[in-house]
Amino acid sequence: MALPSYASPIQRTYYYAYLFFCAVVFFFLVAPLIAIVPISFSVSPFMVFTEGMLAWPPDPEAWSLRWYRNMIGDCSAEVVSSTVPCSTKWMVGTVNSFYIGIISTAIATALGTMAALGLSRPHMPYKPLIMSILISPMIVPLIITAAGMFFFYARINLVYTFTGVILAHVALATPFVVITVTATLVGFDMNMVKAAQSLGAKPLRTFFKVIMPLILPGIISGALFAFITSFDEVVIVMFMASIDQLTIPKQMWAGIRQEISPVILCMATCLVILSIVLLTTVELLRRRSERLRGIKAR
Amino acid sequence: MLLRSVDDSQINTVFPNTFEEYKKWDKEKDELPPEEVYRALFEELAYGDKIQVGRALTRMNYSKSGWKSLIKKTSRAIKKAVKKDELPDNYKEFLIEANDKWADPSYWYAMGQMVNNQTSIYYWNAIDRTFDEELNVVQQEENRRVYVATWIKTLKVSIYVTIFCLILGFPVAHLLANLPLRYSNLLMIFVLLPFWTSLLVRTTAWIVMLQQKGVINGVLVWLGVLNDDGRIAMVYNETGTLIAMTQILLPFMILPLYSVMRVIPKSHMRAAQNLGAKPAMAFWRVYLPQTIPGMSAGGLLVFVLAIGYFITPELVGGKDGKLIGSWIAYHLKTTLNWGLTAALGAILLGFMLIFYWLYNKIVGIDNIKLG
Repeated sequence: MALPSYASPIQRTYYYAYLFFCAVVFFFLVAPLIAIVPISFSVSPFMVFTEGMLAWPPDPEAWSLRWYRNMIGDCSAEVVSSTVPCSTKWMVGTVNSFYIGIISTAIATALGTMAALGLSRPHMPYKPLIMSILISPMIVPLIITAAGMFFFYARINLVYTFTGVILAHVALATPFVVITVTATLVGFDMNMVKAAQSLGAKPLRTFFKVIMPLILPGIISGALFAFITSFDEVVIVMFMASIDQLTIPKQMWAGIRQEISPVILCMATCLVILSIVLLTTVELLRRRSERLRGIKAR
Repeated sequence: MLLRSVDDSQINTVFPNTFEEYKKWDKEKDELPPEEVYRALFEELAYGDKIQVGRALTRMNYSKSGWKSLIKKTSRAIKKAVKKDELPDNYKEFLIEANDKWADPSYWYAMGQMVNNQTSIYYWNAIDRTFDEELNVVQQEENRRVYVATWIKTLKVSIYVTIFCLILGFPVAHLLANLPLRYSNLLMIFVLLPFWTSLLVRTTAWIVMLQQKGVINGVLVWLGVLNDDGRIAMVYNETGTLIAMTQILLPFMILPLYSVMRVIPKSHMRAAQNLGAKPAMAFWRVYLPQTIPGMSAGGLLVFVLAIGYFITPELVGGKDGKLIGSWIAYHLKTTLNWGLTAALGAILLGFMLIFYWLYNKIVGIDNIKLG
């Protein structure tokens, strides 16, 4: 949408102002994420750009990996600073986060896919109602979900257990799977199911041989959404988890509230990289799914 | 959770007889309740389960402060008497002797709030009201009024964030929708990256950016806009909350706007200009009305998410940036006043349901898309 050659100077000014404004907004969106990366490599225990880091040519003294070593639990003398505590908490948190994330993703993906398959049948009764209930954990503020779950799980003795946290995360993550899988099922030709069944396939076999390969991109991106939801979740973990279920977000939360240190930024940098990886995967899957459906339409 | 917000049965299991007798008390006739009430209270304090009584005390303190110490002192006196096997002849005199507050009718009036199994006190507390002696609803004392102000602040912040997101998001969505797919897919990463990044990471990043010695202040000082002592306090106040929440919620505005703008034919604008409309006029009369579904979808989504936000205001907001979510968390974790937690949550949920219904009316819930 370049400007036509006959545009007046005023139009040009407006156009460039508009482009500039958009550039500023893009900058506003990503600048904070980019700014933290260099600071995490700083020597200084304060979260600032030190003079050494800004100097040109770069001063190697000002850069270091000490906070990364601190993060992975290396508490040797040159790493430890008097203001920054050193512990294995970050690694424990990482293990727990992956553990909770992977299990709840697996459950949520299975449940969500089944729900989406059922909901996209043309004769499903009470479809809007079921859909609203399924999606509600996405819309209702987390703090309310957390409070409600806390009261409910307290009654059945699930608070402060891994089971409780995982179940809560499943409830949160399922809607994402439902939505993405439903979106892929929009272009799905239900005649193929009929064809498979008329050829003698049992429903289970139909699902694994016919339906699943076609909606796999949707299932995987739903699973990734589910994983990031669980991985990033802090409110429920805060209420429902004891010290045994320490996760990365909980540790970050505690870090920000108490001793704000560059170690948090190291973890933040790792998480930004993780999100870039996930984003790329989802984007590639989306294109693949579009291509698949494009072929089908022909 | 909704049951919890009106539930008042716990205290009734501790003082059943007292409350039974209490209901027979004719407040018009006698200034103080009759002897039977004192007697029942005496017995229930003397033989009741200690833990249950303790829990009930916390509840009693919500309706009038001073209950806790009063009951504790009294039950000590009662236990002593029971141990010595000296049951008093006149329970009323005994209790008043143990603590003269039992002769103060205001405590007895406050008890009236608790005799029923259900109560609405938590809801009234959640909007800074309480019961007076005749069970009328009145304002809380001046220094205990916090919730109405917080509700208003929550709404105010949410509205501001929505407006900012709309102003910032509209041109960007327009640009993305009109660029060739190759470029717009590339630029889309700028929108999707924050969307996929952990909330806590973004919040931390804003603290780093905005703090007194942070990046933005540093750049401004370096540029000479500010001198070294004049660094602006941008974090741990409402400004910080607004900036951070706007950035965090901006993708939720851009994505729905983008999907609506994508399908508006470009020929409409050209046709309008061909017919003699100035660009501004054409935009206002032709383009803008077609984006209204996107704007309402994005606006509602951002508003609904902002109103229940808790993490960012709590971390970036400092003392005066506290929103209602922080209070819910505070009562759930710290004061353990679960009745009030549930009431605050239920009111917030009520708000949400209204907006959710609106959203469903305007956009349809099936149309939510991700990425």
